[in-house]
Amino acid sequence: MRLSWWKILCMVQLLTLAVVGIVGGVPAKPIINESIRNLYFHVSMWFAMMILFTVALVNAVKYLRTGKLKYDIYAVEYTNAGIVFCILGLVTGMIWANYTWGKPWSNDPKQTGAAIALLIYLAYLVLRGSLTDIDKRARVSAVYGIFAFFMLIPTLWVIPRLLESLHPGGMGNPAFNTKDADVRMRVVFWPLAVPGWTLLGVWITTLRIRIRILEEKKLQHA
Amino acid sequence: MLKSCFVTFLCAALLLFCLPVFAQMPNEPVQMADGLRANGKIWVVVAVVFTIIAGLFIYLINLDRKLTALEKK
Repeated sequence: MRLSWWKILCMVQLLTLAVVGIVGGVPAKPIINESIRNLYFHVSMWFAMMILFTVALVNAVKYLRTGKLKYDIYAVEYTNAGIVFCILGLVTGMIWANYTWGKPWSNDPKQTGAAIALLIYLAYLVLRGSLTDIDKRARVSAVYGIFAFFMLIPTLWVIPRLLESLHPGGMGNPAFNTKDADVRMRVVFWPLAVPGWTLLGVWITTLRIRIRILEEKKLQHA
Repeated sequence: MLKSCFVTFLCAALLLFCLPVFAQMPNEPVQMADGLRANGKIWVVVAVVFTIIAGLFIYLINLDRKLTALEKK
């Protein structure tokens, strides 16, 4: 195993989170009660997704600038991991919503925006799958990947803030505001949950990148 | 005299505005899973989650090792 300091850090963070996240102190709030702990799990998925998609964007730009195929592999695999975290975020959000908003899907602007963002990224994979020429596929998917990333800004960052929503950060919600998390939760969320889950995504991505590079080498030798 | 009357009236009016705030305060304490923690069973959940995450990491390390072996070939 290529043991790196960040892999050890990731393990320490997530294993600590497994204990502190469940038994650590949280503020007592009506409606959400103990489910406030989902902040460490559900919200971290979106942070990890955003970071992974940003890395994919950087690699897509690098590919277009240099034309080196390795950047295309990086971009695809970071996007794949980002999509996994996006799906996990959406599903965990639905589970949480079922018990705090009354039903899993209420066509809330944040839910709809996240679903649109997910579909745009799934289309990225469909587009890649439909092209057979390696260089053409890399170029087209890099351009589309950049477009998909900038679609995240309206779908996840802008539109949900403009419309009324059940979700925290919107108007008239019974769930969670930034004020609701006190310092006991912040010292778990920022140093443990967000970097821990992000590093896990990066770890899985690097494994997949190495598999791809091995496959490429095998093809060249054949 | 008139001035103090006015101040009293103003204070009363301001207090009236505060009433909805008092109304929103919960009458009974918010229910949390304190009982679970008191009898210690929450630690069972901790043990389960910890085992799952630890197991996933062992699997990931294993995968990483296998890949390194393949790369060295």
